[in-house]
Amino acid sequence: MMPGEYFLEHAGWIPLFPLVSAALMLFLGRRLPKFAVNLFCVGSVFISFVFSAGAVYQLAHRAAEDRFFQKILFIWIPAGVYHTTAGPLANFAADWGILLDPLSSVMILVVTGVGFLIHVYSTGYMAQEGGYYRFFGYLNLFMFSMLTLVLANNLLLMFVGWEGVGLCSYLLISFYFHKKTASDAGKKAFIVNRVGDTGFLLAIFLSSVTFGTIRFTSRGFEKLVDATQYPGMLDALNIGIASGVFAVGMPVLTAIALLMFVGATGKSAQIPLYVWLPDAMEGPTPVSALIHAATMVTAGVYMVVRMNSLFQMAPFAMHVVAAIGALTAIYAASMGLVQTDIKRVLAYSTISQLGYMFLACGVGAFVGGVFHLMTHAFFKALLFLGSGSVIHALSGEQDMRKMGALWSKIPVTAKTFFIATLAIAGIPPFAGFFSKDEILWKTFSGGEEVFYKVLWVVGVITAGMTAFYMFRLVNMTFFGTSRVEHEVEHHIHESPPSMTVPLIILAILSVVGGWIGKPASLGGVNHFERWLEPVIFSPPAALAGLAERALPAAHREPMEYILMAVSVLIALAGIWLARVIYLQREGLADRLAEKWGPLYTLLHRKYYMDEIYDALFVQRTKDLATALGMFDRGVIDGVGVNGSGALTLAICRISMWWDTWIVDGLVGLTGTLVRLGSYPARFVQTGKLQSYALVIVLGVLLLLGYFLRHAMGMV
Amino acid sequence: MSPSYLSDYAPLLIHILAAMIVAGALLSLSVLVGYRRPSREKSEAYECGIHPTGDAREPFSVKFYLVAILFILFDVEAIFLYPWAYVFRDLNPGKSLAGFYEMLLYIVILLAGYIYLWRKGALDWNR
Amino acid sequence: MTPALADAYSLAPVITACGFGILIIVGDAFLPRGGKSLLARIGVVGALASLAAVTLASRHTDDAYSGLIRTDAFSLFLESLIFVITVLVMLGSYDYLVREGLPLGEYHALLLFAASGMAVMASANELLTAFVGLEISSIASYVLAGYRRTASKSNESALKYFLLGSFATAFFLYGAAMVYGATGTTRLDVLREMFVAGRAPGPLMLLGCAMILVGLGFKAAVAPFQVWTPDVYEGAPTPVTALFASGPKAAAFALLVRILVTGFGAANATWFWAIWVSAVLTMFIGNLAALTQNNVKRMLAYSSIAHAGYLLVALAARSEIGIAALLYYLVVYALVTLGAFTIITHLGEPGERRLEIDAYAGLGTRQPFTAFCMTIFLLSLLGLPITAGFLGKFYIFDSALKAQLPGLAVMLAMNSVIGAYYYLRLVRVMYFTEPEQEWTPEPVTAGVGAVMFLTAVAALGFGLFPGPLMTFATISAQSFR
Repeated sequence: MMPGEYFLEHAGWIPLFPLVSAALMLFLGRRLPKFAVNLFCVGSVFISFVFSAGAVYQLAHRAAEDRFFQKILFIWIPAGVYHTTAGPLANFAADWGILLDPLSSVMILVVTGVGFLIHVYSTGYMAQEGGYYRFFGYLNLFMFSMLTLVLANNLLLMFVGWEGVGLCSYLLISFYFHKKTASDAGKKAFIVNRVGDTGFLLAIFLSSVTFGTIRFTSRGFEKLVDATQYPGMLDALNIGIASGVFAVGMPVLTAIALLMFVGATGKSAQIPLYVWLPDAMEGPTPVSALIHAATMVTAGVYMVVRMNSLFQMAPFAMHVVAAIGALTAIYAASMGLVQTDIKRVLAYSTISQLGYMFLACGVGAFVGGVFHLMTHAFFKALLFLGSGSVIHALSGEQDMRKMGALWSKIPVTAKTFFIATLAIAGIPPFAGFFSKDEILWKTFSGGEEVFYKVLWVVGVITAGMTAFYMFRLVNMTFFGTSRVEHEVEHHIHESPPSMTVPLIILAILSVVGGWIGKPASLGGVNHFERWLEPVIFSPPAALAGLAERALPAAHREPMEYILMAVSVLIALAGIWLARVIYLQREGLADRLAEKWGPLYTLLHRKYYMDEIYDALFVQRTKDLATALGMFDRGVIDGVGVNGSGALTLAICRISMWWDTWIVDGLVGLTGTLVRLGSYPARFVQTGKLQSYALVIVLGVLLLLGYFLRHAMGMV
Repeated sequence: MSPSYLSDYAPLLIHILAAMIVAGALLSLSVLVGYRRPSREKSEAYECGIHPTGDAREPFSVKFYLVAILFILFDVEAIFLYPWAYVFRDLNPGKSLAGFYEMLLYIVILLAGYIYLWRKGALDWNR
Repeated sequence: MTPALADAYSLAPVITACGFGILIIVGDAFLPRGGKSLLARIGVVGALASLAAVTLASRHTDDAYSGLIRTDAFSLFLESLIFVITVLVMLGSYDYLVREGLPLGEYHALLLFAASGMAVMASANELLTAFVGLEISSIASYVLAGYRRTASKSNESALKYFLLGSFATAFFLYGAAMVYGATGTTRLDVLREMFVAGRAPGPLMLLGCAMILVGLGFKAAVAPFQVWTPDVYEGAPTPVTALFASGPKAAAFALLVRILVTGFGAANATWFWAIWVSAVLTMFIGNLAALTQNNVKRMLAYSSIAHAGYLLVALAARSEIGIAALLYYLVVYALVTLGAFTIITHLGEPGERRLEIDAYAGLGTRQPFTAFCMTIFLLSLLGLPITAGFLGKFYIFDSALKAQLPGLAVMLAMNSVIGAYYYLRLVRVMYFTEPEQEWTPEPVTAGVGAVMFLTAVAALGFGLFPGPLMTFATISAQSFR
């Protein structure tokens, strides 16, 4: 440790504050007064934020190549040496350790910063709700899990956080557990996520046998520690590449990368595992903002970026990531076009934006992905909180068809919401513009193949759709004529400061958040890219094929400006369209919906995906269960009794014979054998001292005989 | 280890064999050569000329065992003082009295046991 | 530090335990009949103080008393375990003693003496010292086994234990004598040096080793010297059974490891097959006999035999990771078994009437916490993932495989499956069977509740966070370098 790195040295404490407070809430919360709950829960997250900020500040003070801080708090699961693809590497061990590098720095700042604001907001939003302490207990538990996830120095610990956030997400979605839709939505989220988690878990197993370690890197230990004792996957990969064990596109690497991506599609709601996220809107709105927009759902992106070395070694997996990302982006955006529930629009928007991030990762622009992750966290959290404020003002109304003309009635909410909308639509100089533009540019310049051009077109169209549906939302909510129900109208009020102040802070961030990643073409210095550079894997020179992708930017610059203009223009077109349809021409929206009836219904019913999933998986599972039940009743018991026809009888006889003699026989035989085996033991156990002594003497004689034979052998 | 190791015990083995042979020979000689005229008087248990009465295996009070055990216990522990006295000088190098204090502690522990016995009434014959 | 003081440091836990034992004895002699519960408190304090004294011992990790005693990570590990066991046994037995109307004073003193004997076994570096430790713990155990003086079963237990026990320890002593006769020393490290120097002692010494194995095998209850276990365990008061199944077993294994690895490490080719065969026999006999038991106490007695077999597998691996696995498993097994026996004590009712497996029917609804803890213990004994028992078995399995002993590893796995049958049977009865007669379990008292909670936390905690314990075990295993 260098002197004066107090916060870095204690970075391990960052997740602990919320944990302590969560434990306090869940064990004692019922007895605590509300102000104490606020104090502990919001305070603990604030302290975490201070520690995070301090740690990142101290990390930033180091030289760029030293910006790694790794510390093993304790060895968690020691398992010993084993042979791997990379050879017998070292002691495999899962530590309970933290890794603070530029990537996790960004994450902890976003998680604790945005998380703190949302906690503050929740004190206002949840003020009237029952189970106040329970809500904050879960929320703090979530903070702990999320921070564990991003600070973990190995895959297994990351998985602990991964499962922890999943659990908290489940608990919080079904927070209103007496509402059936809410508890169903919670279950859906949990089950769909399990599918992805299986992939992730398999990826961990495969990594451990391939690399012999699941630690990410050996960098960042104190100078005194011998880093070779703590090898990381990155080191194993580098050694393997140097010795020719690993090569680009090797099946095992592709398999690991794809399995990890399966995990990411679950957590980050990508095709085909996105279905849980829209339903997750049943949870309280701050939960949607924190978990289902700003932090948890980005865990998949974080994981892909964390594993970028692996993904870069598996070009096929990269292509899959990019394709799925782009497809999800446009697909979700199309569904967002027609939703009428304000939070559902935002949910589809989140899925779509996450698609952008994966698109970025897939084309190798990992920095762009993380950049968009950060700006998205700002403006999407703001959008959700703003929508919560709207819902709050309208006494719980979520249907946009029953809103309108709220601009002057709830001014702070409306203005901040508008800023966030500009940001997500990609209008310069708001935050979303820079991050989205970087992704689109990197996609276009990702390679010469048509593949990348197609992805770019998809991305640009999605940008237009995004601008459209967001302005549709804004127009329907804040402008036009009021369609608010009469009795609700009286109660419209601006939210308390505990809710509006976080909105204002997030609005500021949504404006300026993008400036640190200003591209060189706009006369800026991309600080963000420089900051993240150390964590992005640069393949060794031996793998020349990979390195070519980093194109010199200079001669492409005119192209960059053109593309930038195109995307801004498309966004403006979307805004104009939304204005025409929803503000200027009354009734046009309905007429359009009528004219394009089937398409509208298709979009409105979300491509019938829920029904298809239900038919394909849920019902089939139930059918399987029914079939098994019928098989039991019908084939094994029923058929024999009825004896309908000689053939059936014969089949049944055989099946019964099979059952009685083979199946039962095997079961019985095992039992009998085991019981038979126990007889000698019981025979010895007579209870008589003499017979016990006899057994002991026999044992002594055997032992002596054996030793004597050996002894004679020695002589 | 060489066979000579076990051969060290050869004289012992010879001695045992010799004893067995001599004893066996004498006993069998007396059986073979001697006269036997058993009578009632001769078959009785020898009780120094007094007529035997009743069974020799009479139950007697468990208190005797207790006393015997206590005696053995304290006796053995008292005997332990002899080897201690023998090496007393080696235990107390220079002017230190470490060995002395150690034995004192030992006696104190014994005393604790003795007090326990006393208070529990183990020495009270009439209890 | 003067040499005498340094020596005293390394025996600090033993001295503390004995001191408190004597204090209780004297106190018992003078306290009025109504004030004896103070003695129980002194007992717990004494056991805790002895546990604390282990840290004193850790200040002087070296040979002490001219090589009779050796304090190293290994001995510290086991002493800690032994005194933790003692504390837990004391906490779990107070209500039992009151319920059965048994004297409190002698019980706690005997527990402390037994524990001090075990601690001597754990740190003995010489055969006669080991024997003294063995006898101290054994004699106290004999008395404890017969502590329910009016119950004939308890008397039977004590008598069997005493007769067979003295029979077996005689073998140990005879073995020590043979080793001395053959080599001229009873110190284990000197013995090891003889091997190293190539002065390999002859057959007499190997016979001595065999005799010593008999004595320790008896104490550790491994086949074919396990015959006494079910009867003695069943007859002894249940808290005492809890002690027998954990403490003396741990101490006996400690001594076994110390003697075989330090003293006879070079002759491992000789003792390996003895351990191998014994491991197989122990595992199968324990598990198969447990299958047909309807008495929970007796079932767990057989189960404890089976677990000794698993420990032998780790010993047969003859490697550092094997010893580390053994130590890890020993801790997990001892605490979990202790917890299970405490629950049996708690549900036993006066006179230990409630011991049949059917008596546990419906516990899941009548006392959920107790049933839950019992389930954790049973699952841990079974070795299901996330419980500590799983990792314990995994480490042993792993060490057997790495030692090229696939046969033993496979038999270990087979036995785990057999074990599932009777462990899960009890779980099923607790949760899915309704009792024939309505009954309400006695409320959980503070002491019993604390033991249940602590051991359950250990069973899960060491399963989820094996790291610190395994690190300690690994360091301890390195003591034999």
